[in-house]
Amino acid sequence: MSNTLISLKDIVKTYQVGSVEVHALGGVNLQIHTNEYVSIMGPSGSGKSTLMNIIGCLDTPTSGVYELDQMPVHEMDDNQLAEIRNRKIGFVFQTFNLLPRANALHNVELPLIYSGISATKRKIMAEEALEKVGLSDRKHHRPNELSGGQRQRVAIARALVNNPSLILADEPTGNLDTKTGEEIMKILDNLHQMGNSIILVTHEKEVAEHAHRIVHIRDGNIADDEVLRKN
Amino acid sequence: MISFFIGFWENVKIAVRALIQNKMRAVLTTLGIIIGVLTVVSVASIIEGLNKGFAKQIASLGSNTLYVQKFPWVSGDEWFKYRNRPNIEMKDAEYVRKYLKSVEAVSPSTGSRQNLKYAANSLLEIRVTGVTMESEKIEEYNIADGRYFNSIEIEKEKNNAVIGWEIMDKLFEGRNPIGQRMKVGDVSYTVIGVMGKRGSIMGESMDSEVYVPIGSLLKNFGVHRSIQIVVKVRDAAQVESVKDDVRFLMRTSRGLKPHEEDNFSINQQEAIMEMYNKLTSGLYTAAIGIGALSLLVGGIGIMNIMLVSVAERKNEIGIRMALGAKRKVITIQFIIESVIICTIGGLIAILLSYVVSQVISKVTPFPSVVPLWSVFMGLGFSTFIGLFFGIYPARKASKLDPIECLRYE
Repeated sequence: MSNTLISLKDIVKTYQVGSVEVHALGGVNLQIHTNEYVSIMGPSGSGKSTLMNIIGCLDTPTSGVYELDQMPVHEMDDNQLAEIRNRKIGFVFQTFNLLPRANALHNVELPLIYSGISATKRKIMAEEALEKVGLSDRKHHRPNELSGGQRQRVAIARALVNNPSLILADEPTGNLDTKTGEEIMKILDNLHQMGNSIILVTHEKEVAEHAHRIVHIRDGNIADDEVLRKN
Repeated sequence: MISFFIGFWENVKIAVRALIQNKMRAVLTTLGIIIGVLTVVSVASIIEGLNKGFAKQIASLGSNTLYVQKFPWVSGDEWFKYRNRPNIEMKDAEYVRKYLKSVEAVSPSTGSRQNLKYAANSLLEIRVTGVTMESEKIEEYNIADGRYFNSIEIEKEKNNAVIGWEIMDKLFEGRNPIGQRMKVGDVSYTVIGVMGKRGSIMGESMDSEVYVPIGSLLKNFGVHRSIQIVVKVRDAAQVESVKDDVRFLMRTSRGLKPHEEDNFSINQQEAIMEMYNKLTSGLYTAAIGIGALSLLVGGIGIMNIMLVSVAERKNEIGIRMALGAKRKVITIQFIIESVIICTIGGLIAILLSYVVSQVISKVTPFPSVVPLWSVFMGLGFSTFIGLFFGIYPARKASKLDPIECLRYE
């Protein structure tokens, strides 16, 4: 049996909008193991984004227990959360979120800067990561000199570079055409094959089905948790 | 601490990159800083120049020297009060010289401006100084060619002259002037010596001067002018007691009764030094006032532009935070950026102040020198402004919500 990577117990998230309390998440329980490939699906407003932000340590739950790699994330302060994001999580966003002024190599190096790795070592690691996504020949290009698919591959390289415990991909194909989207999904599939744990947040069924397990969110709760195939 | 130092160079690179993207904006932003630093450094260099020129001239008066004159150098009183005083005459000088003991030298001295003529050459409005035997000792004259006057020439009021180095050059055009006759005003003078180079003070050359026996000057160019009596004291500690003696002798010479006020002034370097210091400290105060005001305005400008920068770069801030930048690191990034903008402004100002200083030296008689301390002070101030006014925008950036920032396009 593989180790538990993510353990969510009774996760509640409440927002105060004016005088009204909005319950974004109403007590979510979820276990994800190491090397799992999980999709989180749900319509907009379902609480899917809130859940992703909490899993990604960008947000903290109002109540409940969240453990990532056996570490109590729900008790952490801002600095500790930043460190967890830096060391444990690789983000892939719908809008790529690359620094427009920096070239591909520098973009990939960014998480390493914040973990205090030396410039020479950084460069080697970033080049390796770019090679994994097949962009070695584009490392000195800026985002605006790259196609959408290439940009997303830079973002994936950036997510990989710190050897995170978890790759969190939020609608990674949302801004890409079908063919390019397929290429990106192939890269993610490969990364899973190589032993990475991946959580995929999407509203597209075809994309979600690349994963081995689909968690459906509706109205702030898990509506369904289907296992498509064993790892 | 490690993250600070590793982040430091990265932040410098980030800041420089951001500045290159917005050159015009950066320059406009630093305008206030530039004006502020430029004002302070320029005034400092003007005063430094004055110190090198004017103050040197004051110092050349000698702290051991008293000047008995009709007018005081420094006064708050009305000028006409002194205008009615009797002129200081040779007889006053002779009286003081006769009875004043244990001083290095007492000498009357006066000057006039006359046109010089030799062969086809002429020089206009040249300073002619009346001298005595003692003048050589007081002024520390140094004869380069020929000789200084002897006591008979002084006594007999001979029409002989010692000329400055530049006069030899311009009037005699390199010919040996010794023994030549030249016209001073309408009077013929024989050149007996050439003065060694003395340099210039406040743009006026001390080498473009003619020296003649004081009696000759008074005889030929007006007996009725007021002269001055120069008293050189042996030791600075004696200045005050000698001053009392001179005052007593002058009053006696003029037959003043005890209830009558002095109708002469005893001037000394100290008074003019005091006035000079007051003037320069006034200038400094004004410069620091203007500088401080511009720096304040500049600082607010920096704060404003940094706030704009933070708002424009929300997405970048979100990305950095998501990838593990702690809030402290974001704060440092923006403070460093603000400090770099201001420091560059300070550097531009210092470069400009060197230009200003050169221009002042060229077009005014004042030598202008940028003092090193003002360079460091200017840089220090601009860095401080960047630091101080960068704190608020940087803290604002660090408090942003990463989720909201990531959504921002």
